[in-house]
Amino acid sequence: MVSSSTPAGAHGDPTRRDFLMVASGAMGAVGAAATAWPFINNLNPAADTLALASVEVNVSSLQVGQAITVKWRGKPVFIRRRTADEVKAAAAVKTSELPDPQADSARVKKDKAEWLVLVGVCTHLGCVPMGNKSGDLKGNFGGWFCPCHGSHYDTSGRIRKGPAPKNLEVPPYQFVSDTLVRIG
Amino acid sequence: MASQHGTPPVFSNKLVAWIDHRLPIFSYIEKEYHTFPMPRNVNYFWNFGAIATILLVLMIATGVVLATNYTAHVDFAFQSVERIDRDVAQGWLIRDLHMNGASFFFIAVYIHMFRGLYYGSYKAPRELLWILGVVILLLLMATAFMGYVLPWGQMSFWGATVITNLFSAIPVVGPSIVEWLWGGFAVENPTLNRFFALHYLLPFVIVGVVALHVVALHQHGSNNPLGIDPKGPQDTVPFHPYLTMKDGFGVMVFLLVFCAFVFFAPDYLGHPDNYVKADPLVTPPHIVPEWYFLPFYAILRAVPDKLGGVIAMFAAIAVLFILPWLDTSRVKSCTFRPIYKWFVFVLLIDCVILGFCGANPAEGFWVPLSQVATAYYFFHFLILLPVLGKIERPLPLPHSIADAVLKKKAG
Amino acid sequence: MRKLILASAVALAALAPVAGHAAGGDSIFPMPPVKWSFSGPFGTYDRAAAQRGFQVFKEVCTACHSLSLVAYRNLTELGLTENQVKAIAAEYQVPDLNDEGQPIERPARLSDRFKKPFANDAAAAAANQGKAPPDLSLIVKARAGGADYTYALLVGYADYAKLSAEDKAKLDKQVQKASGDPKAKFEVTKDENFNKYFPGYKISMAAPLAADKVTYVDGTKATLEQLSADVTHFLAWASEPKLEDRKRTGVRVLLFLLVLTGLMYAVKRQVWADKH
Repeated sequence: MVSSSTPAGAHGDPTRRDFLMVASGAMGAVGAAATAWPFINNLNPAADTLALASVEVNVSSLQVGQAITVKWRGKPVFIRRRTADEVKAAAAVKTSELPDPQADSARVKKDKAEWLVLVGVCTHLGCVPMGNKSGDLKGNFGGWFCPCHGSHYDTSGRIRKGPAPKNLEVPPYQFVSDTLVRIG
Repeated sequence: MASQHGTPPVFSNKLVAWIDHRLPIFSYIEKEYHTFPMPRNVNYFWNFGAIATILLVLMIATGVVLATNYTAHVDFAFQSVERIDRDVAQGWLIRDLHMNGASFFFIAVYIHMFRGLYYGSYKAPRELLWILGVVILLLLMATAFMGYVLPWGQMSFWGATVITNLFSAIPVVGPSIVEWLWGGFAVENPTLNRFFALHYLLPFVIVGVVALHVVALHQHGSNNPLGIDPKGPQDTVPFHPYLTMKDGFGVMVFLLVFCAFVFFAPDYLGHPDNYVKADPLVTPPHIVPEWYFLPFYAILRAVPDKLGGVIAMFAAIAVLFILPWLDTSRVKSCTFRPIYKWFVFVLLIDCVILGFCGANPAEGFWVPLSQVATAYYFFHFLILLPVLGKIERPLPLPHSIADAVLKKKAG
Repeated sequence: MRKLILASAVALAALAPVAGHAAGGDSIFPMPPVKWSFSGPFGTYDRAAAQRGFQVFKEVCTACHSLSLVAYRNLTELGLTENQVKAIAAEYQVPDLNDEGQPIERPARLSDRFKKPFANDAAAAAANQGKAPPDLSLIVKARAGGADYTYALLVGYADYAKLSAEDKAKLDKQVQKASGDPKAKFEVTKDENFNKYFPGYKISMAAPLAADKVTYVDGTKATLEQLSADVTHFLAWASEPKLEDRKRTGVRVLLFLLVLTGLMYAVKRQVWADKH
């Protein structure tokens, strides 16, 4: 140490003292911030939660015109195998006339227009629309109908009538094979 | 010393001055943690109050975060703790900090107490300060005990069973009290639920008592190794930066040791059996409490009578409450007590021996050893301390703290 | 500074009582020597050994023992690819409910925990002479002696009749001490198996491993020691999958604290320079 040879000078040496103070203060601040991180990170989704963040669904048993509901990240996801008429009806709509303009082709995978995958949560206030089970009301447009406040969705899951502002959301998904869909 | 009523500090920052005029928090910090006069001769043993405070904060912070992932139900508690260790992001770190934090909290508190014992910090006018400290110890023990039950391992379950059963020794009402504690006929789900609720509550009670402890401390200021009062500014240093920096250094050294355990031997202070899920039908062959309870556990077992053992164990703590009045010596610090100072070390060794007795099965030579050690514990406080204070001739006290410091420097 | 060292000594003295039980293993037989790549402050799991260990676990242990805290997805941490693990998981049928709420069995997924060999503890006990085989998720942490003990147990099966007279006398002495009967003898009945390291030296589990019990996919010669060490390695990982994280973080934290402690000491000296 430099100070040991000149003790009298070292006491009053403001530069050395300031340097030590600033250095330890800065390190302390870094240490405190680094310590805070595990506490914040702890509340993030855990590994077992993340493991359920994507689900694989085998759709081989689904007949044309049928739909199933699967749970993904705690929410219902509708998978509908549309009839040729439904696909045609969805494609025929003029997008400019829609409250939330979007073409049907933008809501399905290429060459897989038969398959429609939607998050089954009404964009109004979060209810689950009816129309996925065979006996359900399907609303005025043959798609889904939300019983809470009367929103009508068409065969592409687009909002057509009622208070909901947006189309039913399409989750990220891909066809792993012809019959296996991975959502998430 | 603390209640020097000078002119209140003037703050140059307008916002600070505005707030302080209405809510004098800045004046308070200025007075109690900046200009507050500390004896200039306090040694590193005076760091342990600050260290214990840091650990209290750490325990509450880690505890709250752990509680967000813990499930207080007998069917899920064990798995939820393992999920924290395995799946929760950095959950293992938070749990290892909490688990080892409990042990190191006791280490800090026990050293803090022996410091007080050696330097007579419990003597007038600091009796209430000491008593508040013993209250904190009791709350700490209750909190630690209930916390150890939460992982719902074999030691959790059987520790809870054995300790709650202590109350069954109370004549007539004992069994009813035990059922009341359990909320059933054995340690079961209601017990786990209430232990979790109380384990979450008690630390905040501790915070309250610690605040009182600090108020009592700052009424007359800290004791010091000489045990004589500061006579003026030449005997003291302002709390900041002198004690803040010294405490900071002490805290760092302590954290270094603490982290060595957390990261490289997290289970060293625990017991392997607690990684086996609680099974009410199988008792592990050798039940021991956590190390910090071992001396008291040894006292409990040293008395060959159920009620007697329980009374002895509680008396071991109760005696600390009356400690200020058992000590009849007119000097505080053992620095000037040529005979008693050695007995403080004997007491320390006695407590360590009791710890070994508590860790080993009550058989063979451990039985008489724990009885002798228990006897010494009570002899020390109840007979030695009052009698020795009367007959021991203390060494001459220095004129002032500054004198002693200068003399030491010269010599 | 001298006082500080004294304080640390006091702290260590207070911790000393724990040291006794932590050491573990009070068998009359010397522990077999074994070295683990995961011990020491920089230790890590040997992926190849753990993968072999998993093979042993899968082909042998899992017939009776569950590993309920480990999920199939965790196996990727041992260096297996996601597709390999998916294929492993798909070998098992796990119970679930279909859309109509009827119980079904479906192939296990990555997110599922390891399938248990028995439906519940009672079924496990019934199939194993009244005592359910312990879950192995935490076995290495849950036994004094840790991995060393687990390994010793697996290689510690021996024929009691072939023990030396000296060892037999030692065992008799232990029984006499425990029972208080000076004439008591150590005995092994036909339902019990002699094991040099199991507490009490008698274990109901028959020797699970033997040379060539498993044919390793990586061609490693499957001696009893190799099989035991590998499966212990796997179980050590299962007990504490975050061990590497812990040690890695620990080294960084301690280095940081060392520097900051040094700085704080310098600051403290500077501040107190005119008061000493």
